[in-house]
Amino acid sequence: MYPSKFDYHRPSSVQEAVQILADNPDAKVLAGGHSLIPVMKLRLAAPAALVDIGRIDALQGISRSNGSLRIGACVTYNEIANSADVQAAAPLLAEAAGQIGDRQVRYRGTIGGNLSHADPASDLPAAALALGATLHVAGSGGSRSVSASDFFVDLMMTALQADEILTEVEIPAAGAGTGSAYVKFEHPASGYALCGAAAVVTRDAGGSCTGASLCFNGVSATAVSAADAASSLVGSDLSDGAIDSALSGMSIPDATGDMFASAGYRQELARALGAQALRTARDRA
Amino acid sequence: MADESNGAGVFGSSIRRREDPELITGQAKYTDDLQLSGMVYCTVLRSDYAHAKINGIDASEAEALDGVIAVYTAKDIEASGVPGGIPVGWLLPDMKIPEHYMLAKDTTRYVGDGVAIVVAEDQYTAHDALDLIYVDYDPRDGVADPKKATEDGAPLVHDEAPNNIAFDWEIGDKEQTDAAFANAAHVASLDIVNNRLIPNAMEPRAALADYNSITGELTLYMTTQNPHIHRLLISLASLGLPEHKIRVIAPEVGGGFGSKIHHYADEAIAAWASMQVGRPVKWTATRTETYLTDAHGRDHVTHGELAMDADGRFIGLRVDTYAAMGAYLSTFAPAVPTYLYGTLMSGEYDLPAIHCHVYGVFTHTVPVDAYRGAGRPEATFVVERLVDEAARVSGIDPAEIRRRNFVSPDAFPYQTQVALEYDSGNYEGALDKALEAIGYDDFRKEQAAARDEGRYLGIGLSTYIEACGLAPSAVVGSLGAQAGQWESAVVRVHATGKVTVYSGCSGHGQGHETTYAQIVASALGVPYDDIDVIEGDSGVMPHGWGTYGSRSAATGGSAIASAAEKVVDKARTIAAHLLEAAEEDLEFEDGNFFVKGSPDQAQSLPDVALQAYLAHNLPKGIEPALEATSFYDPANFVFPFGTHIAVVEVCATTGQVDLKRYLAVDDVGNVINPMIVDGQVHGGIAQGVGQSLYETAVYDDGANLLSGTMLDYAVPKAHFLPSFETDRTVTPCPHNPLGVKGVGEAGTIASPAAVVNAVVDALSPFGVNHIDMPVTSEKVWNAMN
Amino acid sequence: MGISIELEVNGASVSKEVEPRLLLAHLLREELGLTGTKIGCDTSQCGSCTILLDGQAVKSCTVLAVQADGSEVTTIEGLANGDYHPMQQAFWDNHGLQCGFCTPGMIISCVDLLNSNPQPSEDEIRHGLEGNLCRCTGYHNIVRAVQAAAETMNG
Ligand SMILES: Cc1cc2nc3c(=O)[nH]c(=O)nc-3n(C[C@H](O)[C@H](O)[C@H](O)COP(=O)(O)OP(=O)(O)OC[C@H]3O[C@@H](n4cnc5c(N)ncnc54)[C@H](O)[C@@H]3O)c2cc1C
Ligand code: FES
Ligand code: FES
Repeated sequence: MYPSKFDYHRPSSVQEAVQILADNPDAKVLAGGHSLIPVMKLRLAAPAALVDIGRIDALQGISRSNGSLRIGACVTYNEIANSADVQAAAPLLAEAAGQIGDRQVRYRGTIGGNLSHADPASDLPAAALALGATLHVAGSGGSRSVSASDFFVDLMMTALQADEILTEVEIPAAGAGTGSAYVKFEHPASGYALCGAAAVVTRDAGGSCTGASLCFNGVSATAVSAADAASSLVGSDLSDGAIDSALSGMSIPDATGDMFASAGYRQELARALGAQALRTARDRA
Repeated sequence: MADESNGAGVFGSSIRRREDPELITGQAKYTDDLQLSGMVYCTVLRSDYAHAKINGIDASEAEALDGVIAVYTAKDIEASGVPGGIPVGWLLPDMKIPEHYMLAKDTTRYVGDGVAIVVAEDQYTAHDALDLIYVDYDPRDGVADPKKATEDGAPLVHDEAPNNIAFDWEIGDKEQTDAAFANAAHVASLDIVNNRLIPNAMEPRAALADYNSITGELTLYMTTQNPHIHRLLISLASLGLPEHKIRVIAPEVGGGFGSKIHHYADEAIAAWASMQVGRPVKWTATRTETYLTDAHGRDHVTHGELAMDADGRFIGLRVDTYAAMGAYLSTFAPAVPTYLYGTLMSGEYDLPAIHCHVYGVFTHTVPVDAYRGAGRPEATFVVERLVDEAARVSGIDPAEIRRRNFVSPDAFPYQTQVALEYDSGNYEGALDKALEAIGYDDFRKEQAAARDEGRYLGIGLSTYIEACGLAPSAVVGSLGAQAGQWESAVVRVHATGKVTVYSGCSGHGQGHETTYAQIVASALGVPYDDIDVIEGDSGVMPHGWGTYGSRSAATGGSAIASAAEKVVDKARTIAAHLLEAAEEDLEFEDGNFFVKGSPDQAQSLPDVALQAYLAHNLPKGIEPALEATSFYDPANFVFPFGTHIAVVEVCATTGQVDLKRYLAVDDVGNVINPMIVDGQVHGGIAQGVGQSLYETAVYDDGANLLSGTMLDYAVPKAHFLPSFETDRTVTPCPHNPLGVKGVGEAGTIASPAAVVNAVVDALSPFGVNHIDMPVTSEKVWNAMN
Repeated sequence: MGISIELEVNGASVSKEVEPRLLLAHLLREELGLTGTKIGCDTSQCGSCTILLDGQAVKSCTVLAVQADGSEVTTIEGLANGDYHPMQQAFWDNHGLQCGFCTPGMIISCVDLLNSNPQPSEDEIRHGLEGNLCRCTGYHNIVRAVQAAAETMNG
């Protein structure tokens, strides 16, 4: 299909980019383009202008410092999945990024685009939530930071203002005794997550659980944290039995259904995949 | 890999395809790859409503857009005086045949029905203009479910078809069948939905039309499986141009699976538009458009029952089906759920009483027509599901109950109760081979052990038969076909002994250029590399009927074999003359004619060809040149058969079905190229597995297509499938010169039942006896809980 | 508004003025006549349009021509160094294609797969092809072809 006409800008700095956005209310940011271009081709979106941030150096690169991992917004899934730094400091993110779409998509799609698009069925939001990521944002009025838990507002809606750009994702590096896992049940046609479960657990030397988080993609309008189920695991030995009982009563609020999977079935998937993710995370801790 | 240049022995060897070098290097040209000078682009505005009255169309903004050449509606086509029709090519008694015009005149009847067309200088503009055409619709209720559509009060698709019934058809003996049920010891009974499918040939449909107003000739490059059928229908029903002034060319065609048999409006629209604007016009469907226009497949709602005696012998089969036709009757649509369905209800079984009743039903949906297998997968699914259910209710093992009821090898030709006469077969042979290869007995032990661990394995058999190689013309004619089903071939030996073969079939991935050359190399004893095969151009070959219904080897190949035989006969006469010998004394071996016992005094086929062209010294009454044309009308259908076995594991927590093994033992008669035959089986299986586990076209209650893009409709991906295990038995077809049956559809026909039978077997501890396709994880999970 | 772009396509440099909305697939097919790259869908699912962009397999229907400015593009037409790339050869030898429509994109993806994983298992091959649909082959012989190519290319 064929996108409608638009103007094209290719700024070389974040400053320039946010200024163009501020001046053109109908403009949209273009990163990897792997959500935006498809919807433009189907003419479900017809922005008047695109601001291509793909060549801004400041949005590239992965670095580790002071116990945190920083990933530029325009870093691709392929880079994330294969980065030794990410594999060491936030293996959950590498694992989730490696399961996105297909190899072609992973060369183009970016972490910033994925989180900003906030598609409930995409894979990185739950990982970002489970890892307690901080999202750094720049706008024409200045910069700010938003926690992942405040970032995802509603279906394809984030805390970003129209003239703001997500610039960097910061993740606290995993400490000793931490294990994580991302488990995905893919939609057979689109390959997106019908349900994706991101789990992080920490164990002390004796094996008992000192911290846990469990988040889901695909089940409701935004990525969600199953905080109650996760916190009920703290203090447990993370045995299969403990995991099953933590998840037995779990219910994701406002689960959504569609022609491929009902809301009820998505809840079941969340329980099944959640258990699997927790068990794997435990074994890796 | 066999040597590609050897002569007579190439029939039966796995030589690599000669089609491939162009395809793997990107040099092959498909319709959308073609450019003609002055070419413009056409797009079609399609109805967003399943059912609506059109109050008016305002195209002024679109017309004013820079680069737009014209916008047309049905009124313009009417005003041009062309017939404008999209006809149905198979007539059943008392069938309702509503008008189908190239664009909707005043009512749209499915989402996707064409409403207006744009012609523009480039394709971007042609799409932009669609957004600027405003149609004033008056929406009405629509109906998509074929059974609900027949209920009183359902919205009518066509006023002239009460209860939306297009036809009411039956086959078999109702009284005899009812009597069998009255005497039954056991009855298996199932309600079955055969899910609607979207063909998804990877190349979307396209047409490039070039009308020359001075000569009055139309050249139409298009994605077709049968150029001559398209030429005929465009001439007779759509444009009214004389047939000899239309040349339909199939360039490279990227798969069809039935979807490129049918005559649609769009290709005719491109041609008509070229006549209006006086320039070549290209139309290429977007994928979403193919979902809204390519004829869909299947879509049956069925109740079936199988009666048995106390020993588990089948004594009667009763089937009632509501088969969707969609909004209009597509080219061969009426044949699919009738003569390609009801006639297959005997399966591989000796069934003394059968009755099958079918309603063909209009719904506010994309028209339904032949899709790989066409009727036969639906029939096989009904029969093979019922046989498994019969095994369950009678407590007999599924393999054993099949064995007990097979038509026995010495009963051929076997006359079924539903019109067909099976030519040859050995059903138990294929079953035994398959059971052995899969390790059936061991599997049952493994299954029991797994169940103890809470793992659910299942095995499913499908012992299928199909009728293909369409078909004896008089027979199909008596059943309603408005087409013959013979096939044509020309074998032309040039003066230098090189050979060009023309076929009326039209391959689109099947490797005809390779296999047809193999046939001719063996028949004429000329080197394979000296033979070219040409297909797919109504301007250069005699009329033919194209490629579908697994007919290209059985009819097209047989036509070539007969033409080659005629060539040899003529060459023999000339050779005898040159050798001053009697024809009866000549041997023909490896391309050489010689008198028995003196092979060193030979006339080779090229020698003879040269003399035939020089014509200086020909026997009396023999015309110059060396070529022959054959129009081969088959004596019967051909009946491939076999046993397919699927092994699955279902996940106890998510319900996901893992297809662990898939094994096929097919009998397709003699095999021209085993590598190509295996490839056809692989692809067929993948499509059948797709139907059983993933694919489904979903309409909502208002007849809106919910699975309208590739994001929603799951074409199987590589990681959904295992490697396939394939094997064969060979029971040659007794009535064609090559002994070949057909292989294009076998995999698709057999596999849905094998997979679903395996899932039901896996779920038997949960008391499950049927599950509808596609067997999604959610359905399985629900069945387990 | 036309935008000037420069790129290298199959080793030859190309300068063009393009509309921002022009898709890379259309640039290749319509403007450069490289019709080996196919378009099989409109939702970025099928992979028929796959090309190498700076050495990585991407779906050219989901990249704007302007995004490819300054890049190197390899299409199926430019893949081989002699007659056939070993992957093309392997597809031919193993009957890894039928209608051939998915084939250019499939071959490019398979090349990319072996670039990143020279000795993939069958499972890795199948998952590695999740961005490419083939309706004809059931993938069976495509997997065989990739295995054969891996052998040649490593051998
Ligand atoms: C075939 C296919 C399969 C896919 N499968 C999956 C999958 O399995 N899982 C999955 O998670 N995703 C999947 N995706 C989506 C893919 O991950 C996208 O790349 C991602 O959703 C968007 O990232 P992008 O860089 O491509 O962003 P774009 O498409 O360029 O942008 C997406 C949106 O985010 C905005 N945006 C982008 N970057 C920023 C920024 N830095 N700051 C502010 N706003 C920004 C844009 O304006 C736009 O609205 C798939 C896509 C395709 C084509
Ligand atoms: S055409 Fe690009 S993915 Fe289908
Ligand atoms: S060979 Fe036809 S789609 Fe792959």
